[in-house]
Amino acid sequence: MSITVNLIVNGKAVTQTCPENTTLVELIREKLQLSGTHVGCDTSQCGACTVHMNGRAVKACTVLVAQAEGSDVTTIEGIGTADDLHPMQSAFKECHGLQCGFCTPGMIMAAIDLVNRENELDEQTIREGLEGNFCRCTGYHNIVEAVGNAAARMKE
Amino acid sequence: MVQQSIGERVLRKEDLRFITGKGNYTDDINLPGQAYACFVRSPVAHASINSLDISAAAGADGVIAVLTGQQVAEDNLGSLPCGWMVHSKDGSEMKQPFHPVLATDKINYVGEPVAVVVAETYLAAKNASELVEVDYEEIEAVVDISSAQSAADIYPEVPGNTVYQWELGEKADTEKAISQAAHVTRISLTNNRLIPNAIEPRAAIADYNTGTQDLTLYTTSQNPGLARLILTAFVQIAPEHKLRIIAPDVGGGFGSKIFVYSEETALAWASMKLGIPIKWTAERSESFLADAHGRDHVTEVELAMDDEGHFLGLHVKTIANMGAYLSTFASAVPTYLYGTLLAGQYKTPNIYVEVDAVVTNTAPVDAYRGAGRPEAAYLLERIVEIAAREMNLDPVEIRRRNFIQPADFPYQTPVALEYDSGDYEASLNKALEMADYAGFAERKEEAASRGNKRGIGFSCYIEACGLAPSQVAGSLGAGVGLWESGEVRVNPTGTVTVLTGSHSHGQGHETTFAQLVASKFGISVDDVEVVHGDTGKLDFGMGTYGSRSLAVGGSALSKAADKVIAKGKKIAAHMLESDVENIDFEDGEFKVRESNQSKTFQEIAFAAYVPHDYPLEELEPGLSEKAFYDPENFTFPAGAHICEVEIDPDTGVVDIVKFTAVDDFGTIINPMIVEGQVHGGIAQGIGQALLEQCVYDETGQLLTGSYMDYCMPRADDLPNFDVGMTCTPCTHNPVGAKGCGEAGAIGSPPAVINAITDALGVMEIEMPATSERVWRAMQQAGGA
Repeated sequence: MSITVNLIVNGKAVTQTCPENTTLVELIREKLQLSGTHVGCDTSQCGACTVHMNGRAVKACTVLVAQAEGSDVTTIEGIGTADDLHPMQSAFKECHGLQCGFCTPGMIMAAIDLVNRENELDEQTIREGLEGNFCRCTGYHNIVEAVGNAAARMKE
Repeated sequence: MVQQSIGERVLRKEDLRFITGKGNYTDDINLPGQAYACFVRSPVAHASINSLDISAAAGADGVIAVLTGQQVAEDNLGSLPCGWMVHSKDGSEMKQPFHPVLATDKINYVGEPVAVVVAETYLAAKNASELVEVDYEEIEAVVDISSAQSAADIYPEVPGNTVYQWELGEKADTEKAISQAAHVTRISLTNNRLIPNAIEPRAAIADYNTGTQDLTLYTTSQNPGLARLILTAFVQIAPEHKLRIIAPDVGGGFGSKIFVYSEETALAWASMKLGIPIKWTAERSESFLADAHGRDHVTEVELAMDDEGHFLGLHVKTIANMGAYLSTFASAVPTYLYGTLLAGQYKTPNIYVEVDAVVTNTAPVDAYRGAGRPEAAYLLERIVEIAAREMNLDPVEIRRRNFIQPADFPYQTPVALEYDSGDYEASLNKALEMADYAGFAERKEEAASRGNKRGIGFSCYIEACGLAPSQVAGSLGAGVGLWESGEVRVNPTGTVTVLTGSHSHGQGHETTFAQLVASKFGISVDDVEVVHGDTGKLDFGMGTYGSRSLAVGGSALSKAADKVIAKGKKIAAHMLESDVENIDFEDGEFKVRESNQSKTFQEIAFAAYVPHDYPLEELEPGLSEKAFYDPENFTFPAGAHICEVEIDPDTGVVDIVKFTAVDDFGTIINPMIVEGQVHGGIAQGIGQALLEQCVYDETGQLLTGSYMDYCMPRADDLPNFDVGMTCTPCTHNPVGAKGCGEAGAIGSPPAVINAITDALGVMEIEMPATSERVWRAMQQAGGA
């Protein structure tokens, strides 16, 4: 069975017909060819597929496209450009908050949501807020620093 | 123009594509007309295959082909080889079971692939894979390492399930030292089995062009050149010049992407057989089942001392688990990367190590970040700590009494290695200051007033990196050379393209190598592009593992850059009408000594390609040079890690309140990147010490087959790290670098366990020291 879904991705209206068991991340990666959102596991544990749906971070591997009907989705490709980076993107680079880069898009999307949700962010709240995203390279030290750094810029 | 030189914290050139979602990982690549593969894997650990029926799967919707081990065998593909021949004490060669690309008549671990379904979509391939009917006749599995040698043989060609019985050092002298010593400390310990878990799962696309007969394999490899050699020379997939391997952006490796596996090999073979591109991306469950695992030793150690705590002899006996087959480098890990490190930072005069490697019905075990060296550092730094407690010596003092001193270098250990340089006390002293060891007693008292137990633990590790002098490695059984290739192409406008056989999958080579070459030429880092990961563009190279990239690959680039400068001087001498001996190159300019005449690097580059004013009768045009660098020795990074923990006695939860690491990596090109490598290594080491444990049940079923069961460190499991550096440059490579990629994972586990046992007042606790284990240890200690 196929279904047709209408949603907005990175500001553009999208209509796609796909099998009903298609997940949001499959739609993003395979149908829309937005390969910045990654898949690192099959149990919704790693967070590499994190995107924003209606402004909140979701793990796109466990959202069926039907659940995304009518929603406003933002992926890593939609938050900034090479010439006009989002403060979170800049902070990850400046603080060396990434190594292999595979978890980075999901981590950045989760971190932006965290900063938007929390008024006061200290090291511990940042660490707890990133609990849903694995990084195997950085030991999180510089990611935590990057998020703190970006939070200050985002609240300016 | 911004010049950035060695030692500066240059932000990474590779970051922009990763933070904007423009990375290019293997699974991001799609080829026109590609099919998808799904592997049929054994659900049992040890079985004969009575029959295999593919008819239902082959007829399912969208299925193009179902290929089996029988067809692999008919095409005469070789065994997936283990590249290092280790000999037993009696001189016999290691026993190596045939490692088929797909199983034919026998299953040896859960997850072993028996067939591959190729279909128009991944879903069709996956659905059809469930229609492949295999009749398995189960055989009792061999799982436990300690009893593997007395269990029934898994393979007739591996009697006693024993691959080799290896030894190193002087047995008689060591036994004598132990029998005559004033004090002997004895421990037994386990080095827990780990699953590497790079966040990008393995993936590949094989693309065979039936017209040109070229095979291109895009794959998640740390070493595409080495993978090509193995697939062509040993497995005999295709002629070497007809196979191109491209390892694009790779999402972490930690050793697990060094090896040549069944899946990528089967994909390449299937693409040639079917004449279509085929894609496979592992699901995480497959990574757990079929990526090579790490560690998995059981060990007994004896350390003999005089009455002042000077080490006299060390005897180590280890059983190392190889899993079901010998993976690409597996045999070298518990031998030449382990036994050779057992002197540590100490002047122990007599050392003898015996290692029995065994096969079991579990996934193959091979190099994982540190590879042998964490196992060596763990046993050594655990027994030194326990010895200090038994001798009533401060754990710092016992180490100081036994350190190899700066004046002792070069230092020949009793276990084959000759250390070139180091200053172990300098690292320890700096770490003690950073960790405020002097204030520890007060902090412990304060924690006790809150009802918590506080402990401090030390680890002074050494590692051998920069693998390795090819002739030494060859004499020890290595099947390949261990040099690295590098090419420095100066373009006509004076920008530079650097090609390296090393591969970067998080290490930041695109920045570090650019910094190295830019500083040689006095040009901007922005004017240097680093190319890696494609055998179609590069000379044969050995790739990235064993913290070798800068020490070996960087040295090749340094030598190639020197050749460019030497040629540039000849061009400049001609243009400036001077003798070449009078030309100096500094700050990006070729200058006639004691004159104001000079040519810029860019002017010389242009002249080399537009050779109008050029000594063509003596010199070829162009400015591009290569070097192959073969290391003269291993490099020996070393350092001191100090861990301070606080434990809640009600719950057993361990809180790492402070972690200090001071490392000597020799010359550092980019401290920001080096610190990042240390952070990541420590995180994996703390993961091993506190959280991670691969568990098989007694039938060989993997119980920790997902992130729900295998505990990976998350952001709130870890502290910030205090990282410092000392520097004694490597004496035998042109960069002076020793390597930094694995140190954190080597040094940290014993520091954590030493801190926990110190807090609890017990001698031993096994890794991972979960809150349950810690709580139980407290109950036992309290009840004793």
